[in-house]
Amino acid sequence: MEDASAVQVVRAYPFGPVVGLEIDPMYFWLQDHEPLSRVKLPFGEEGWLLVRYDDVRMALGDHRFSLAEAAVRDVPRLTPQRFGGIMTDLDPPQHTRLRRLVTKAFTVRRVEQLRTRAAQIAGELLDAMVASGPPADLQQDFAVPLPGLMVCELLGVPYADRDEFREWVGAFMSVTALTAEQRGAHVGQLAAYVGTLAAQRRQSPTDDLLGALVLASDEGDRLTEDEVIQLTLQILAAGYESTASQITNFTYALLTHPDQLALLRSRPELTPGAVDELMRWVPLLVTADTLPRYAREDVTLPSGTIPAGNPVLLAKHAANRDPRAYPDADRLDLTRDAQGQLGFGHGAHHCLGAPLARMDLQVALTALLARFPGLRLALPEDHVQWKTGMAVRGPVTLPVSW
Amino acid sequence: MNEHWTVRVDRELCRGTGVCAGTAPRYFRLVNGRSQPVDHVVDPDEIVLDAAASCPTEAIAIEDDSGHRLAP
Repeated sequence: MEDASAVQVVRAYPFGPVVGLEIDPMYFWLQDHEPLSRVKLPFGEEGWLLVRYDDVRMALGDHRFSLAEAAVRDVPRLTPQRFGGIMTDLDPPQHTRLRRLVTKAFTVRRVEQLRTRAAQIAGELLDAMVASGPPADLQQDFAVPLPGLMVCELLGVPYADRDEFREWVGAFMSVTALTAEQRGAHVGQLAAYVGTLAAQRRQSPTDDLLGALVLASDEGDRLTEDEVIQLTLQILAAGYESTASQITNFTYALLTHPDQLALLRSRPELTPGAVDELMRWVPLLVTADTLPRYAREDVTLPSGTIPAGNPVLLAKHAANRDPRAYPDADRLDLTRDAQGQLGFGHGAHHCLGAPLARMDLQVALTALLARFPGLRLALPEDHVQWKTGMAVRGPVTLPVSW
Repeated sequence: MNEHWTVRVDRELCRGTGVCAGTAPRYFRLVNGRSQPVDHVVDPDEIVLDAAASCPTEAIAIEDDSGHRLAP
């Protein structure tokens, strides 16, 4: 059989630069005309770009696509160095072992126990914004500290250590004044500190995430001390900037869609569904998922067959706007059923922190809208400065008034 | 005597994350965006417990023959 890749155009990827929350029109052209296309990234071998919802969802959920393989291949990537981590470099069953141990700490039930505390923290941050008066930077004054403090709650970081801890965790934020050297030093300090907290919990068990991880390591199939530290670091890296960026992006999306903002204000009970719809509509990642998968065998997707040994890049943000999956997909509609959105991924590697992220985002929107009936951008919409050259989208600052 | 487990998915709790179907594709599949056991009665297999323990909404219930709850 002829190798389909031999006759196809190979496009340079990523496509042209985009501003703010725009999605390059090329994705939608590909959805209609070439749903499985060949792309070449700045580094690594060529890969297949998947853009339709059905294809992306199936590739995320199908165990015949491997993440572990990416660790030993010349994986398509944007940077010289590969993006990876302890959870995302493994396939089932190795991944399953870690996943089941860590899930305990992140179940919906467990996260719900933190909701009251999250609302309290959000309230305190808004108090401080009110005290200093408008305008405020929603990003630095609210969106960044809220998930940062929630992570402290979840891990059980003592109050006295929180400022220092959050400074180290800041190494995982892409928009900081840190040099690569400082960043490395902070991650090192963070790892050492997490090790100290874990050792304390081994002595006297606690009810927080770290306590649960340590406990998991002390029952039967254990997490090693290094695994506890690596897992905690990956949880911080994966969950901190993404949640902070989405709090700001969601607020921006609402402030620039006044009809939807008014709807949410008048019907706060829509908030859980609104968070899913905002997850669908806001393209958090600039490009396809940073973790390409490899086909272990020929895999037939709805749009065609990926040959064995080939990597696929999954454009989740385009898939979430696929009109085949969501009627009038470009419209932000908070009443839509968007539960199937792919922002948290799908399948065995579905975002471990999704219950926490959902809760943080729900609490953030609820608190913000309740406190500021007149919330608005403090500058024209097209003057908002967006991060550039980063994997995750978001405003550098988001000045707001009320 | 062969032991069996019964597997149930609470479709109200399930959010269709696909973690179970990705972890144990022989035992779970997604139907209309929600998980469903491939078979309701299965031979004991640790991977079924793995899938149940990995479910973020704790929607998967597993019982042995004597009605003892193995998960969640």
